[in-house]
Amino acid sequence: MNSEINTSKKPASILGVREYKSLLSWLSSVDHKQLGIMYITTSLMFFLAGVSMAMVMRTQLIKPNHHWLSPETYNQVFTMHGTTMVFLAIMPMLTGFMVYFTPLMIGARDVSFPRMNALSYWLYLMGGILIYFSFFTGDTLHAGWSAYAPLTSVNYSMNKYLVGTGVDYWIVGLLLTGAGTIMAAINILVTVADLRPPDMKLTRIPLFVWMSSINAVLMLLALPALNAALVMLFMDRHLNALFFNPAAGGNPLLWEHSFWFFGHPEVYILILPGFGIVSEVIPVFSRKPIFGYAFMAAATVAIGFLSFGVWAHHMFATGMNFTVYYVFALSTVLIAVPTGIKIFNWIATMWGGSISFDTAMLFCIAFIIQFTIGGLSGVVFATVPVDWALTHSYFVVAHFHYTLLGGTLFTVMAGFYYWYPKITGRMLSEKLGKIQFWLMVFGFNGTFFILHFAGLAGMPRRVFTYPDLPHLATINLISSLFAYVLGLGILIFFANLVISLFKGKPAEDNPWGGWTLEWATSSPPPPHNFDRIPPVRSIRPLWDLEQSEKQPGAVAPPSQKGESA
Amino acid sequence: MNKIRLAMLLFVASEAVFFILLIVAYVVYHATSPSAADASRYLDVPRTAVFTACLISSSFTMWLAGIHFRTGRRRPALAWLLATMALGTVFLAGQGSEYIFLISKDVIISRDLFGTTFYTLTGFHGLHVFIGLIMLGTLFGLELKRGVTGPPEAVESVSIYWHFVDAVWMIIFPVVYLWVLR
Repeated sequence: MNSEINTSKKPASILGVREYKSLLSWLSSVDHKQLGIMYITTSLMFFLAGVSMAMVMRTQLIKPNHHWLSPETYNQVFTMHGTTMVFLAIMPMLTGFMVYFTPLMIGARDVSFPRMNALSYWLYLMGGILIYFSFFTGDTLHAGWSAYAPLTSVNYSMNKYLVGTGVDYWIVGLLLTGAGTIMAAINILVTVADLRPPDMKLTRIPLFVWMSSINAVLMLLALPALNAALVMLFMDRHLNALFFNPAAGGNPLLWEHSFWFFGHPEVYILILPGFGIVSEVIPVFSRKPIFGYAFMAAATVAIGFLSFGVWAHHMFATGMNFTVYYVFALSTVLIAVPTGIKIFNWIATMWGGSISFDTAMLFCIAFIIQFTIGGLSGVVFATVPVDWALTHSYFVVAHFHYTLLGGTLFTVMAGFYYWYPKITGRMLSEKLGKIQFWLMVFGFNGTFFILHFAGLAGMPRRVFTYPDLPHLATINLISSLFAYVLGLGILIFFANLVISLFKGKPAEDNPWGGWTLEWATSSPPPPHNFDRIPPVRSIRPLWDLEQSEKQPGAVAPPSQKGESA
Repeated sequence: MNKIRLAMLLFVASEAVFFILLIVAYVVYHATSPSAADASRYLDVPRTAVFTACLISSSFTMWLAGIHFRTGRRRPALAWLLATMALGTVFLAGQGSEYIFLISKDVIISRDLFGTTFYTLTGFHGLHVFIGLIMLGTLFGLELKRGVTGPPEAVESVSIYWHFVDAVWMIIFPVVYLWVLR
């Protein structure tokens, strides 16, 4: 159907694009598509490292009183697992999708500041390398990804060789990636504000772009809080400042407040683009427009606002004034409302649709169920006494893995299966995809559902081993065995990415019958993105185009419904 | 809105959060630390008020420079830009001499929470003034070389940044200097 739009000769896959053939074209690239691919590829490498560390942890925890890893090593492994997954894997992976697809979806040639886009990427890469470089000093950060003071102070951060530079690598690395993230956020926001074609009104931009924009606002306003906290920590460590030094009147809680003021918006930064992906995939595979477009966008804005007002629920156990408890418990319950609106809208979109169960759609369906479980166990924590009992236990670990792994990672997988044909010009293997999907669903739920019970039984997180108390050995054995299944699923995903790039079925321009503008160009898109941009009269421009081809002369296509819903 | 101006506004919003956290750290420790009263005796409020006036008037000169750039009058524009840079430099020099005085009285960053928060907050503000001076200098150099037809957005976005740096100081000055426990 897009034959008239793509008149230029199209290469078979991204490997055949002339402009992308030389290594120099990648190293010096300012093309948002190349940078998006570089973001995603780099983050996949870090993701693989993070998964390996997870496997190491589950192996260490496979039986009680296990002394395979020393406590020092285990501390470093769980710290780097968290740091990697949050800052170096998931966030940049989502940024990669944002950078790649935001311009394509609004019909732009590139982002507003292509060179700043490149700088963002390189800062991220260098920051990531710097953080990993601390492995070579024999001492990475071992205070957990949230790096609570005073564990990061000079006295507490030494290892047995009296080396304590891991914290410093971590600080500087995160400052670099943070600067890159802020730049990327500015870039996305300005692109959406400035580069839309005149008929691409704000009420017509795809939901992925809506959610990416709100996500960019969160990045813009949350990352500087982390930077401020990191700067204070750096002053403490190198200029003998006293911010977090209780002996001199400083207060470690200042770190916690600063960190979680960043940290809670951060968890929404880690999920909002995922919500966006799901909001793109579900309508296409249900053959229905999204239910409640305006509500979806508005709920995202509400989440964005509320996410800055809930941070202290990470700190209920530190002891607070009761008014503070009420306020933060209430805001925590409140933020579940817009999230719930989204869940219902996705279900309503599927309701009565003719659903095709391709891998991308399967991941979305599993996401809805798993994220709801993770969301509900999160609401449980809004009840302050429950939080007191369960904080820092494996219940927390299970909760946030249900949102970040069963939630975000599953949306990212859906994104890969949905957009890989567009990015590379090849289809991902559906056969491998379905195997991967079922391995991941069983592996993930097997690993983490049972950890709720480990937490309820009182097993604390971030401890290298545990005593042989009733049930703990069984729970952990089951969890570890399922973790290997999950790991196998992820390996198959990587194999699928590589194999399909060379051997995959060539992709059509619009293999899924998508309706948004990225499908109006060739797969892979030419460096200039579009030869011609179809008119945008609703949230589904390609659907309108199809209808007007079927019934020439139809001025107002029936998809108006989707716009006003 | 012009994209360069929008980008700078977004950047400034991000920076604002950064400063809010540093200011909150100052306020919290100033209210709770007994050493604050002792150390803040050394702050010379009238003297800093003079330098504050310099910084505030530099916002005014920057605004004038912007007007002249927009109407294409090159000479007055460059003159006001130069005045802005001079006032900014005077402010930084004042801050430097203040630091030297404080250090001579042994008010250093590791002395107490006042030293810690004071130097961090004013230091990062000073850094931002310094970066602003570099931006102004770049603008000045470019205009000198290129002539009248420089991009008006560049002037406007640097101007937004400069006003922001001023605005931050207008919060820091009352919080740090006018809220002195005696």
